[in-house]
Amino acid sequence: MSTQDPVAAFRVEAGELLDQIEHGLLDLGHRLDDRALIDEVFRGLHTLKGSGAMFGFDALAEFTHHCETAFDRVRKGLAPATQELVAVILSARDHMRALLEGDGTGLEATGAAILEQLQAAIDGCAGEASGSSASPVPTSPAGQAARGGWRLFFRLPADAMANGTNPLMLLDELRELGDCRIVARTDTVPPLADLVPTECHIGWDVELRGDISRDDIDDVFIFVMDDMELTIEPLGDAIAQAPPETIEEVPVVEVPATAQDVSVNRVPANAGAKTNATPGESVRVPAERLDELMDRVGELVIVQSRLSQLASGHGSAVGNELALRSISEEIERLAGELRDTMMVLRMVPVASLFSRFRRLVHDLARETGKTIELSTEGETTEVDKTMIERLADPMVHLIRNACDHGLETPEDRLATGKAAAGQVHLSAHQAGGEVLITIRDDGRGIDRARVRAKAESQGLIQPGQQVSDHDLLQMIFHPGFSTAAQVTNLSGRGVGMDVVKRTIESLRGAIDITSVPGEGSTVVLRIPLTLAIIDGLLVRVGEGRYVIPLGAVEECLELSLEEDLRSRGRSFITLRDRLVPFLRLREIFDTGTRPDPHQKIVVIATGSERVGLVVDQIIGSHQTVIKSMSPLHRDVATFAGATILGDGGVALILDVAQLVMLGQNQEERLRAAG
Amino acid sequence: MTASILTVDDSPSLRMAIRIALTGAGYDVTEAGDGVEGLAAAAAKRFDLIITDLNMPNMDGLTMIRELRQAPEQAGVPIIFLTTESDDAMKQQAKAAGATGWLVKPFVPEQLIKVSRKVLGR
Amino acid sequence: MSDLIPEKTATQWDAAGNLEVLTFNLGEETFALEATLVREILDLLPETRVPGAAPLLGSVVNFRGKIIPIADLRLAFAMPAAEATVDSRIVVIETEAEGETVQIGIRTDKVHEVATLQRAASEEPPAVGMRWRRDFVRELVRRQDGVVVLPDLAAIFHSLVGSADSAAAQPSTLH
Repeated sequence: MSTQDPVAAFRVEAGELLDQIEHGLLDLGHRLDDRALIDEVFRGLHTLKGSGAMFGFDALAEFTHHCETAFDRVRKGLAPATQELVAVILSARDHMRALLEGDGTGLEATGAAILEQLQAAIDGCAGEASGSSASPVPTSPAGQAARGGWRLFFRLPADAMANGTNPLMLLDELRELGDCRIVARTDTVPPLADLVPTECHIGWDVELRGDISRDDIDDVFIFVMDDMELTIEPLGDAIAQAPPETIEEVPVVEVPATAQDVSVNRVPANAGAKTNATPGESVRVPAERLDELMDRVGELVIVQSRLSQLASGHGSAVGNELALRSISEEIERLAGELRDTMMVLRMVPVASLFSRFRRLVHDLARETGKTIELSTEGETTEVDKTMIERLADPMVHLIRNACDHGLETPEDRLATGKAAAGQVHLSAHQAGGEVLITIRDDGRGIDRARVRAKAESQGLIQPGQQVSDHDLLQMIFHPGFSTAAQVTNLSGRGVGMDVVKRTIESLRGAIDITSVPGEGSTVVLRIPLTLAIIDGLLVRVGEGRYVIPLGAVEECLELSLEEDLRSRGRSFITLRDRLVPFLRLREIFDTGTRPDPHQKIVVIATGSERVGLVVDQIIGSHQTVIKSMSPLHRDVATFAGATILGDGGVALILDVAQLVMLGQNQEERLRAAG
Repeated sequence: MTASILTVDDSPSLRMAIRIALTGAGYDVTEAGDGVEGLAAAAAKRFDLIITDLNMPNMDGLTMIRELRQAPEQAGVPIIFLTTESDDAMKQQAKAAGATGWLVKPFVPEQLIKVSRKVLGR
Repeated sequence: MSDLIPEKTATQWDAAGNLEVLTFNLGEETFALEATLVREILDLLPETRVPGAAPLLGSVVNFRGKIIPIADLRLAFAMPAAEATVDSRIVVIETEAEGETVQIGIRTDKVHEVATLQRAASEEPPAVGMRWRRDFVRELVRRQDGVVVLPDLAAIFHSLVGSADSAAAQPSTLH
């Protein structure tokens, strides 16, 4: 995406403005009389409208104009800010996003409905709403032309020159209109002692001959017309005319806001959108980080030239070998540093993630009738950009859970001696190579008895079986497990905690939950700093090479041929008194090759679930730079990505969470079969 | 000599559009993101023309224009402000603050260039 | 994703009714793709099979540090798989598929020259009597030496999405 494309820049900017408007409105919901917030929201709407109209987003500009007009009344104190108004403008803001992203078709009805609500919200509290949103363009009373020409006199206000108006240029402009006779009037020039050099006291009599329209003259004086002394009369009947008329302001640079009038000059809003359905992602990078990168690249270029010199040189064999080794070491160091710098470039603060949830909590509070306060901490903690995107959905679910199931109604809270407002707290901090994200609520906590009952009814534990409190709580991550007796429209969406857990694990992260009855629950997500590079275990299955993320590997065992034969049809191994299902990757990958005589089992785990993967050979550990698979291969769920090996070949990276699930399914099928 | 123009706007896309239009017309363009940056840029160098938005964070256009007019070295520098509609009150305030002229958004590049020529005389 | 049913791709003939294409062979048939799509023509590279992917996009290669799929269009046009020859090449193209810009390597049996096709000589694929799926063919263009096929890549790749549901996720051979 070109940096020379203002429309693309506007799309990015409009997205930011919409976020800013949303944040302002959400804050405003808490502090309805905060002037600074009202100004901030107004400014956002104002800029969105102005720039939108500039770049051909006419529907957006017009819709935003109505919102701005309504909000301007609040700003001017003509209408109070209310929760209703905040809610309507929030939905208007969503509509603006739709207008920004869509092609504008099929949205009129929604827009009209929102504007109606907006009108109602303003009317409801401030008597008559502002009807005249679009002020009529003042029309010039003086469109006529005078055949012979015009006689005019003008004198600029004293401060005109200091304020950037150059009278000589005005005279030049008049000269461009036609034949001019100019006489300066110096009668009001003060004596030298009182003269302020930056003030203008001269007046000019001008006789302008030619077929000149009055509008042309007005154009010349457009910027100074309000404050200046100006008389204009047609030359022909100058004598007959009594008092010279004074001129009303006539805006000349006014442009109709409709596209067809100016469409030639404007970039169509969707010009770039046809080939690029989604605008290119962009990341803001601090300049010093780029400088760092540039330094490394500079060094790399130097080493590269040393290498070419060596390749073409005539040094002794021994000397060359030494030089080559030093270059190799240098490149290794640079590659490492480049990699580290690059990784840092991909990091963005979690603030961008957390800020999305403010709206969610606001909406949840309205829907549930609860009072909810969201607090955040550690927003500057940085996480890989991709990670942020992938964390959003699971976190939405966890926050929904906390608001919907965790927090009590204000009445219930007051009855148990808590503050009426429920608290949801998000925090992030880095610990080693991981980031811990915590979602804490001060609600009722998880009802152990209900979890136990459910777990027993699902056969996850036996009635009366001793289970530690921690293990019991982890039951809620089991597929199909939901303790909410009453499924609300919020959380009962078929996405369970099991999906949350799987998503987090697919990021090579972990999830843990603790809860104190009556005091609330805490969910901790542990995620790696980056998705870009991992330590992997390189294995061979048939003729293909695959990478298993090392973090998921528990141990490696030999699968003897006898054991393999014995286990056929069972596909379980016994590991420290536990049955662990295993998958023969050779069969799953349909390699069509014969098993190696010394197959290995790599035991991988996510949380407490284990599964063994039967491979032909363990090649060794491998620093794995993760490359994404082509969008055309996104349906192949078994692989989380691919990497390039030292010989230039490609190895696919196994998706541990998927394989564990596969193993579990197999286990369940076998159980069901008897 | 090429006339140098300072454009002050919090909207990067608008600044970009202005820069493209004015550099295309042969002017030299410097950008600033709000009134504070605008003042700093104007303090560092006298521009032949300043084009500014009014609604901006940190320091709005009105305040910036007033501050600029306080400075003797900025006397006579034309200042054009951008406004979204013919809001008379705003226009009066900006004029009173010392602005030279205005341009109503949305505008096309030709209008911007025309207004620049008008106050610059070139 | 699979609800994105692409419209039949329109061929972008220029004002004079011409189209610059790269022509290549698959078996006995001559195919053509817009020259503007072509990024590079490569000798065969070591391919890595992707278990569970549709056979038509059954492998990937390392193309300048990016992992790109290799498409075997023979399978879309009901031709048997064939051994590589000295003439085999990979044509790397960049195109839109499933709403995203993707690079794909197309395995060809022989790459010919860049040629100009004429709209006047082109026709819609016949409704009956063709061995191939009609929606996989945009147009057939007659030339002196035979007919050139303009395949509809978007339609071909779209037909895979969803149907490629990882075979690996439902292993058939577990007992």
